[in-house]
Amino acid sequence: MMKILMLGWELPPHNSGGLGVACLNLSRALAKDGAEIDFVVPYEADHQEISFMNVLSAMKLDPLFRYGVGAYDSKYVDEALIPDAPQEKMISIRDVQHNYCKFVEEYLMEYKPDVVHAHDWLTFEAGVLAKRNFGIPLVAHVHATEYDRSGMRGGNPVVHAIEREGLMLADKIIAVSQATKDIIHEKYDIPEDKIDVVYNSLDEDFLKSAYKYDSDDYKYLEAMKGLGYTIVSTVGRFTVQKGLSNLMRAAARAISKERKLIFVFAGDGEQKQELLDLSAKFGISKNVVFTGFVRGKQLRDVYAVSDIFVMSSVSEPFGLTALEAAHHGDVLILTKQSGVAEVIKSAMEYDFWDEEKLADEIVAISKSKALRNTLKKGISTEYCKISWQDVAKKIEKVYNEVDKHKELC
Amino acid sequence: MRAICLYLHIHQPWRYRRYSIFDVAHNHNYWYEKDYYDKQNNERIFRKVAEKSYHPMLDLIERNIKRYPGFKVSLSITGTWLEQAAEWDNSLIEQIRRLVYTGQVEIVGETYYHSLAFFYDENEFQEQVKMHSDKIFELFSVRPRVFRNTEFAYNDEVGRWADKLGYKAVLAEGWDKVLGWRSPNHVYKVAGAERTRLLLKNYRLSDDIAFRFSDRNWKEWPLTAPKFQDWVNMDALRGNLINLFMDFETFGENIWADTGIFEFMEQLIAGWLKEFDNKFVTVSEAADIEQPVDTVSMPETVTWADTERDLSAWLGNDIQHEAEKVLYDMKSDILRSGDPDLVSDWRRMTTSDHPYYMCTKYWSDGDVHAYFSPFDSPYDAFMYYMNVIRDFEWRIQNLNIQRMKLLGEA
Repeated sequence: MMKILMLGWELPPHNSGGLGVACLNLSRALAKDGAEIDFVVPYEADHQEISFMNVLSAMKLDPLFRYGVGAYDSKYVDEALIPDAPQEKMISIRDVQHNYCKFVEEYLMEYKPDVVHAHDWLTFEAGVLAKRNFGIPLVAHVHATEYDRSGMRGGNPVVHAIEREGLMLADKIIAVSQATKDIIHEKYDIPEDKIDVVYNSLDEDFLKSAYKYDSDDYKYLEAMKGLGYTIVSTVGRFTVQKGLSNLMRAAARAISKERKLIFVFAGDGEQKQELLDLSAKFGISKNVVFTGFVRGKQLRDVYAVSDIFVMSSVSEPFGLTALEAAHHGDVLILTKQSGVAEVIKSAMEYDFWDEEKLADEIVAISKSKALRNTLKKGISTEYCKISWQDVAKKIEKVYNEVDKHKELC
Repeated sequence: MRAICLYLHIHQPWRYRRYSIFDVAHNHNYWYEKDYYDKQNNERIFRKVAEKSYHPMLDLIERNIKRYPGFKVSLSITGTWLEQAAEWDNSLIEQIRRLVYTGQVEIVGETYYHSLAFFYDENEFQEQVKMHSDKIFELFSVRPRVFRNTEFAYNDEVGRWADKLGYKAVLAEGWDKVLGWRSPNHVYKVAGAERTRLLLKNYRLSDDIAFRFSDRNWKEWPLTAPKFQDWVNMDALRGNLINLFMDFETFGENIWADTGIFEFMEQLIAGWLKEFDNKFVTVSEAADIEQPVDTVSMPETVTWADTERDLSAWLGNDIQHEAEKVLYDMKSDILRSGDPDLVSDWRRMTTSDHPYYMCTKYWSDGDVHAYFSPFDSPYDAFMYYMNVIRDFEWRIQNLNIQRMKLLGEA
């Protein structure tokens, strides 16, 4: 039986994105196959519902502050201030990471796991420490790189340096898509045979949990649908990575050809004002709905009320929200730059900059029931083809490979 | 006496380009993609196939016709191919004319646009068959006497229609489910018709060449001409007529020259004619080779495609049905417009390749090579197709408006 030290940054319900969801499902599937997992998080919170592994908190920190200020905003690294920093003075995410490393070091003085499995740059330093100081094989799992987060525009050099070191020293790297593997190979100069592509699957809790769409929640949108409108939605953080200004421009072009379209932008972020301004500038404010940040039932209501879900990302390592939307019967439009497009064929695709094609696709689907039905039929069998147990099998193969490294040492 | 009936099908569709919704009403160029290297560029594709297949194979045929008076070939050539050849490489048409004039090459009739019109609109179907016959007569001074429907889509109605029009024979698939214990190596009668004969493709021997020849995992690879001739001799024990029906592009395009496919054919022709009492026949000669041994009935449509041998590659999902329906629904408006360019553009959209590009049968299995298409996805193919249809609608409306204006002025 393998002992795994899993280095993570969040677990549901204390998660702000897909990273925590992926970590939880992956760990659960591995545990089902017999792995013993200690999972480290940088905050202190109850995870009562998790019984298949030990969740260890690295420090006394409120889950809200684990990123310093502003979740995922890696460009504020070194700058951000945490109000009322608890205990030791943690003023930025770097301090949180420092304490996280210290905890891992103390842990390794006492325990000898077979493999250390680190998720994203946030925990790579701790992973490197385990590898360098304790000789434990390191698996680096890349859910997103700094290039993705910055919309392929460079990003924060500090983060790049941490990513590079982790990727160089890892015995094996797991990338969530071929697109991510390509970035790791091309931008970080890592040999391709060190990187395995393992796609994510849909959240099991999401699939299992009882959900009933209540058409009263989005009464306005339902009414518009009754008048023949098509609802197009997107979900995510409003950052450059998500390509939302391209989507807004495409929306304006699509509306010029088909008036009966409503675009729902679900989420929040630094580009909110810019997107609002754009919609006003194009004179389509009436056709654009901002929901603010949504999660849980509210998020599922967005999927449920929508006809078309657009993943407009400039770069998207995987893009789990697309599969969630598909689960709720949405037809998908994906950028060719998103990982999910590698596994889903029953979707329309475009290059993130190709606003004309995106507009064309939105109009085509809204005007043709036949196209919508054909896409829907195709995706209904496709979106849940990969299970987390399949994912676990692939990860275990990686573990066995790096375990052999240990014997060689 | 044993006879090989070699029949080759020559076709290129007018692929529509990625015609955007923003082109509609502004730009009526559907067929000429400006970027030469684009996947929808018809000229590039035609020239490429001409170089790899049309020229070398026509040369091979011409060489052997000169060498052996007993070598015969039948060709079916679509109108859309002839239009493109006239535009980009007229020497191909001239060469085919020389071949036809030797009397050793017969031309088979079909719809001008390689369409599925038979299943949607009988008048349009008749019109397209007549257009094709006229075009063949104009270029080659002969009229087809044997008929094949697009993709070999055959049922008893097709046979009876051909009988009514006086065709000697119709070509169809020799599918086991229809034939049962009977052999495709005989001449059959069309169900419900007295004169017209059915010639059935020997799909095993045809596919040995057209599909398996270059397959290195095939246990019979490499296939040599003497080995194939042995198989033909064996197969001839259950009937003396061997119908080898396939796409012309098999030679050089689907199966590349470096596999030795041209040398194989050259040797097969020579080897076959060397044996006593062996010959090649054209499709008309094949129909007369013996009295029909039985009647073959196909109430359901049978094609030469896929393991299912049905129309599901063309009419298998909602978008394919929708595409054909909206097209034929607008026919009377198109014809009434009196605009010959619009009529021609509309007819080019009836080509069966277009719904074929929208096939989703194996799409999500990741088997992207199962269906060749110039588009990134079946959904893209449908989207651009519908934009072309929208432009047709706009052109009809626009012509009506102009006509009203003229009336008003008068």
